Amino acid sequence: MANATIRKPRPKYLSLAALLFEIRLPLAGWVSILHRISGLLLFLAVVWLLFMLDRSLASEDGFEGMRRYAGLLPVKLALLALLWAYCHHFCAGIRFLFLDLDKGVDQATARLTSALVIAAGLALTAWLGALLW
Amino acid sequence: MVDRVVVGAHYGLRDWLAQRITAAIMAVYTVIVLAVLIGGSPINYAVWKDLFTQGWMRVATLLFAASLAWHAWVGVRDILMDYVKPAGARLTLEVAVLLVIAGYLGWTIQILWR
Repeated sequence: MANATIRKPRPKYLSLAALLFEIRLPLAGWVSILHRISGLLLFLAVVWLLFMLDRSLASEDGFEGMRRYAGLLPVKLALLALLWAYCHHFCAGIRFLFLDLDKGVDQATARLTSALVIAAGLALTAWLGALLW
Repeated sequence: MVDRVVVGAHYGLRDWLAQRITAAIMAVYTVIVLAVLIGGSPINYAVWKDLFTQGWMRVATLLFAASLAWHAWVGVRDILMDYVKPAGARLTLEVAVLLVIAGYLGWTIQILWR
């Protein structure tokens, strides 16, 4: 048993606490999972966005109605969330295209572009959000 | 030299490629429409309606919707393949997703050509 002594304690199972506080995703992992979450969110939201497009194009009344509707706080917040989802999905997608071409795959660059994507997604959301309201 | 296909029907590669091509189409559309909206006159009903009545916008939006349909199908199917393991549940969800996408497309066409 000479070499069976030093053994680091390892988590035996993935508790919720471990998932939330101990296992840390690298930045690129965050970009990736947020790409997935934002994509699913956008897919589910298309029905709502189509509804608003439909109403806004149907008539002048419909357009003004949608303008008022989009001004309501919960609607505004939801639209802002979707705007972020779109911007993040857009930026992260462009990053993935570069990765497909073997560009920026080394760790330092990948980490830098991950940070850039997250920042660009938020910045675009802020800019377009400000333009909208 | 023996030219041989090692394995599979290669629809994985087709979907992979389609995912990227449709993404590029949607990205170009996004930039163009954004430029039109920001560069044009302030949006009111007349401007909004006029934009969506123009031929190029209708075709471009339809192209966007078709790209979105394909892109979303590949993406959501990937998610289902990762997280939903029982075959019955996965198949049910996949069919539901396809129906939703078909509905989205039909509705888009209805909105564009009214």
